[in-house]
Amino acid sequence: MKRILAMALFAALAWTSAQAADISGAGATFPYPIYAKWADAYKKVTGVGLNYQSIGSGGGIKQIKAKTVTFGASDKPLKLDELEASGLIQFPMIMGGIVPVVNLPGIQPGQLTLDGQTLADIFQGTVTSWDDPKIKALNPGVDLPSKAIAVVHRSDGSGTTFLFTTYLSQASSDWSGKIGANSAVEWPVGIGAKGNEGVANMGKQTDGSIGYVEYAYAKQNNLTYTKMINKDGKVVEPSIKAFQAAAAGADWAGAPGFYLILTNQPGADSWPISGASFILVYKHPIDPPATLTALKFFDWAYKNGGDMAQELAYVPMPANVVDLVRQTWASSIKDSIGKQLWQADQ
Amino acid sequence: MANITLDDPLPVNAQDQGRRQRLQDSFFRSSTLFFALMVLLLLGGVIIALIFGAWPALRTFGFGFLTTEVWNPVTDKFGALAPVYGTIVTSLLAMIIGVPVSFGIAVFITELCPAVLKRPLGIAIELLAGIPSIIYGIWGLFVLAPFLQLTVQPFLIATIGHAPVIGRLFAGPPYGIGVLTASIILAIMVLPFITSITRDVFETVPPMLKESAYGLGATTTEVVWNVVLPYTRVGVIGAVMLGLGRALGETMAVTFVIGNAHQLKASLFAPGNSIASALANEFTEAVGDLYTSSLIALGLILFVITFIVLAFAKLLLMRLERQVKK
Amino acid sequence: MEIYARRRLVNAVSLTVAMAAAVFGLFWLIAILWTLFYNGFSAINLSIFTEMTPPPGNTGGLLNAIFGSVVLTIGATLLSTPIGMLAGTYLAEYGKKGAFAETVRFINDILLSAPSIVVGLFIYEVVVVPMGHFSAWAGVIVLAVIGIPVIVRTTEDMLNLVPNGLREAASALGTPMWKVVTMIAYRAARNGIITGILLAIARVSGETAPLLFTALNNQFWSTDMNAPMASLPVTIFQCPLSPYDDWQHLAWGGALLITITILILNIVARALAALGSSRG
Repeated sequence: MKRILAMALFAALAWTSAQAADISGAGATFPYPIYAKWADAYKKVTGVGLNYQSIGSGGGIKQIKAKTVTFGASDKPLKLDELEASGLIQFPMIMGGIVPVVNLPGIQPGQLTLDGQTLADIFQGTVTSWDDPKIKALNPGVDLPSKAIAVVHRSDGSGTTFLFTTYLSQASSDWSGKIGANSAVEWPVGIGAKGNEGVANMGKQTDGSIGYVEYAYAKQNNLTYTKMINKDGKVVEPSIKAFQAAAAGADWAGAPGFYLILTNQPGADSWPISGASFILVYKHPIDPPATLTALKFFDWAYKNGGDMAQELAYVPMPANVVDLVRQTWASSIKDSIGKQLWQADQ
Repeated sequence: MANITLDDPLPVNAQDQGRRQRLQDSFFRSSTLFFALMVLLLLGGVIIALIFGAWPALRTFGFGFLTTEVWNPVTDKFGALAPVYGTIVTSLLAMIIGVPVSFGIAVFITELCPAVLKRPLGIAIELLAGIPSIIYGIWGLFVLAPFLQLTVQPFLIATIGHAPVIGRLFAGPPYGIGVLTASIILAIMVLPFITSITRDVFETVPPMLKESAYGLGATTTEVVWNVVLPYTRVGVIGAVMLGLGRALGETMAVTFVIGNAHQLKASLFAPGNSIASALANEFTEAVGDLYTSSLIALGLILFVITFIVLAFAKLLLMRLERQVKK
Repeated sequence: MEIYARRRLVNAVSLTVAMAAAVFGLFWLIAILWTLFYNGFSAINLSIFTEMTPPPGNTGGLLNAIFGSVVLTIGATLLSTPIGMLAGTYLAEYGKKGAFAETVRFINDILLSAPSIVVGLFIYEVVVVPMGHFSAWAGVIVLAVIGIPVIVRTTEDMLNLVPNGLREAASALGTPMWKVVTMIAYRAARNGIITGILLAIARVSGETAPLLFTALNNQFWSTDMNAPMASLPVTIFQCPLSPYDDWQHLAWGGALLITITILILNIVARALAALGSSRG
């Protein structure tokens, strides 16, 4: 009896210490729906899984700096000097748009129109009721109730917040002076929710609320998004075309470390709150095989993930940018003996 | 017949056996002592680890940490005022709501209910005390918050919200979640806990005392008010403090419904933060040493507060035990 | 007669208030349980036990979370039981009323009610940071630290219930102290000690906050103790914060599973304790 127990224990221990070949990553909730979809498909093709903790860009940056994951994901790109100081490189993986979502019974998706200044005023707490004249002026035929506006924002360190507040700073000098743009700011009003998921959830649950989420979340959960007035003064509805228009003029080649922010882009069809989501990996990773496995996944996603991305209204990176990214992989990432980790023929 | 007489000397192996047994005895005693010591060391370890982790924040902000409301991860300025306020307010409100109800249930179980219901009800309360707090949190988020948001809060805002002084407590847009909702959930959560301890405490009253009072013609209320409560006063306070200690540290029940806003507002409908919910929400993504350290400092403050409350409660309950044994 | 009528009135009113309070309090508790059962029941089907936690928008199950919870709980029990039992033995058999034992009892009770999130921070500082990453080992350790005070308390209480006559009889026969404790006292208090272990298991299986900083969570099936591991409470924590209906559905199902497990553990523990005391 004792021998059987001992053998069983030994077998259990051996079993538990067997390493899984899964890729570990953490970070932005902005791209999580598409990363999850890609991971599911990739696992079916190669058997390699992706363990992605959707904890917000702030968490992603922290985890990759602490080397507890193989890659970090952030919608807030790091500046070149911060990248150099940490030994990281970043590259854009996918692009998308952030949309304001409201919860007003009777209002349909795309029925309401807002502009940057009004949005900033709402989130600053100076516009507190849905029937405020500023909102009415932008929405002449719409029957707005005299409800209090319940603001919903992010409670965690978020790249989505970074992009959103960058846009608000560009649209309102009051916002830019008092609050500014970052992954976490001192929100004057509103409740905090965790992740894009949390904002979507809170928005769904709270009557009279306004929040901001990545478009895929609005689409997947049938949230009521609004139209926006862009830099050119045109009213645009969020759609993959609008995000592509915003991304069209982006000069990736000229951006050191791929640091590029796509909010408030010119163009008649551009969606004003667009952005890219980035991946962070080490130049000299402590586990080169794990990083190589991750790079292979990203490469596969670049090649095969475009349709899946478009289904969720994300914009895949254009081919010339993908080439630039692969060049960066080849030239920057080295394995433990200093050899180039990414081979061009992979 | 065995050939043993009393004149036979002790066989040599018995002496060895005696020595071996004494060795085993002292080894066993030492290992139990070691693990008992470990309990002490655990507490010491918690305190030391917390102080160590919180030191950068405490050194940077000093005492002002406790009085600043600002919580800005971007400019690296942190202040504990909002979470500490939220923790204390939600716990106090939970006590105000929950303790009278617990008393009512305890009085009901010990004095009022028919004997056949006593045990099942008592067991039911104890089982309820074991339900994990996350269940209360989810219930609060999905059931209580929408209910409050759509019916109770607008009503209160429209009525008491306009009153001169108290009105400020009920102002603001109806979010559904917020400080008040968190307090209500906490109250429901500590109910079984306080009830079962209070009931145990009430049952320590010698029946003779109660029967003497009944014999003199006292009503049930008078017996409870004038005999039971004064006798168990110390234990009841201990039970309440234990419940308070539990409420202060509660994380899951509160995190879902408190609103996660680092603000200190007068209105009970406003979102706020408690130390535990701030930790649960922000710890895994705190970038930067000062941010992490400030969060650990929050944990240290929470630990100190609960330690004081729990130690006080324990002392009171120990006094009650001694009183009972007399 | 006025004064008697007044006293009767006061009595009637306050007893009604007490009854109303009882009904009010119990009503909320039952409402919560009812919501839990109602929402959770529809979520419990075979797939919960056979599929993994799904990406958003898909259906799935809770298999990896259940497995993770089982592994973490078993690990924590294996770690905390010897420590808790031996410490409780010291308090009951050796320390008794001494100053050191009183101090240990005091501290133990404080640890028993200490906020579990603070214990999570402690283990984060002491295990996760030196290791450099989250791991199931850290989760096991933190749950063990939470369970030890429970086991210490119940072991001591149960050992104190064993009549001294048993111990004295054994000693008179020449049994060494350690055998008196392990073979006589433990055996006599066996049911009570098992009760304590079951109560500790019930307590730690519902803990969420400390796992957030130690074992984190894992979307996939993992048997690697060195990596983050999924657990039911943390999975449930993340699901309601998301807007996906299937996730929320799963959350209710998982919540019901945890509640039923804990209720069963508590009931079994209670029954065992009753058995033990009637035999002793």
